[in-house]
Amino acid sequence: MKVIVDQPKCVSAGNCVANAPEVFDQDEDDGSVIVLDENPSEDLHDAVREAVAACPAQAIRVED
Amino acid sequence: MTETLTDTVTDVPEYPMERAAACPFAPPPGVMELAAQAPLSRVRIWNGTTPWLVTGYEVARTLFADSRVSVDDRNEGFPHWNEHMLSTVYKRPRSVFTSDAEEHTRFRRMLSRPFTFKRVEGLRPYIQRVTDECIDAMLAGEQPADVVADLALPVPTQVISEMLGVPYEDHEFFQHHANVGLARNASAEDGQKGAMSLHGYLIDLVKKKMENPAEDAISDLAERVTAGEISVKEAAQLGTGLLIAGHETTANMIGIGVLALLENPEQAALLRDTEDPKVIANAVEELMRYLSIIQNGQRRVALEDIEIAGVTIKANDGIILDLAPANWDAAAFAAPDQLDLARENARNELGFGFGRHQCVGMQLARAELQIVFHTLLRRIPTMRLATPFDEVPFKHDRLAYGVYSLPVTW
Repeated sequence: MKVIVDQPKCVSAGNCVANAPEVFDQDEDDGSVIVLDENPSEDLHDAVREAVAACPAQAIRVED
Repeated sequence: MTETLTDTVTDVPEYPMERAAACPFAPPPGVMELAAQAPLSRVRIWNGTTPWLVTGYEVARTLFADSRVSVDDRNEGFPHWNEHMLSTVYKRPRSVFTSDAEEHTRFRRMLSRPFTFKRVEGLRPYIQRVTDECIDAMLAGEQPADVVADLALPVPTQVISEMLGVPYEDHEFFQHHANVGLARNASAEDGQKGAMSLHGYLIDLVKKKMENPAEDAISDLAERVTAGEISVKEAAQLGTGLLIAGHETTANMIGIGVLALLENPEQAALLRDTEDPKVIANAVEELMRYLSIIQNGQRRVALEDIEIAGVTIKANDGIILDLAPANWDAAAFAAPDQLDLARENARNELGFGFGRHQCVGMQLARAELQIVFHTLLRRIPTMRLATPFDEVPFKHDRLAYGVYSLPVTW
């Protein structure tokens, strides 16, 4: 799995961190998304998919 | 021809609609009737216009995320909440609530620093302490206690004031002015008075923080003023939005949420008896789904023609996204009229909205609600309503639904 974010679309909601804190973080200054792990291991795939679904700006997608 | 037109006019129902007194947790029956027929339909609002009312979950979620759907209330066709909002369109500086696309992202990112998931996690001990202090005072005080005055209002007010750097002694001033501005039928004069006083106060506070910055959100905004990124007025407008959104909404959710738990003792027991943060988090999402306290719809306007669910929303058609019927859509949530704190897909609820305008403070609201409901049920397990259910005063006339007071005993 490859995690791809559209940084300019991000609205700093933080739902990605809530769902998959191992894979996502937020910039301390403006809350925008930071990808910690572009190729998360399989045990994190469900959490990443939850993060994709929960992103209100639809700024995250994954390629399998 | 004339007859056809007249028929069309009389067929369009008035919106907003009244809830049924016997089912105060449910969306208005008239809204649910519309929802049963189609996921979106025309309604007539206060100024005689007929925007689309979206009641279906999928359509609501899709339109919330559609960049052709605008929150800019200067656009022709925008379905204003009331006369006050219309009369102040050009007086209110642009803000996170009324801007689209890149301008919105700029505002939003300015506000996001104190509301990131991790910053809010770090606030949990503070929220817990404030909650415990309020409950200590309730337990030491006279019965019946009022959940609204003793817990629902002071916890979020104290937390948001701390985050923003607003002195706690000013909280009564804020509560009063926020309430005046949020009334559903606020006259232009009432609303303006409330908004002007708050705005004036915030302008002073921004200026003070420019001179003496501290570790708080208003100081963050003041710093951006000093850097020339925004004006003092814009900073005050952003700060006012956070203050109102940060205490009024959470307070209403706590008050009516406690009532829903008291009315569903088996569900309350489920929440009381768990230590699992995931179970507690899910319970709060379900309460958000069940209660959808932001009533009377999120207001939008179409910038282009949009084809959806077999109809065409024309450019400049108003759009009202009503959270309550969308959260009670049986196609999205089985048995939606049941409060089921273990509901598997409760996290899909739309209580915080969706799309780029989804609630800025939702991580904070979630932390507060998780702590307050769980702590209250734990510390006062025998709590019960101290008044007949049908005498509980509901906020039918406010933009945020809730209860004016909630007398309890134990």
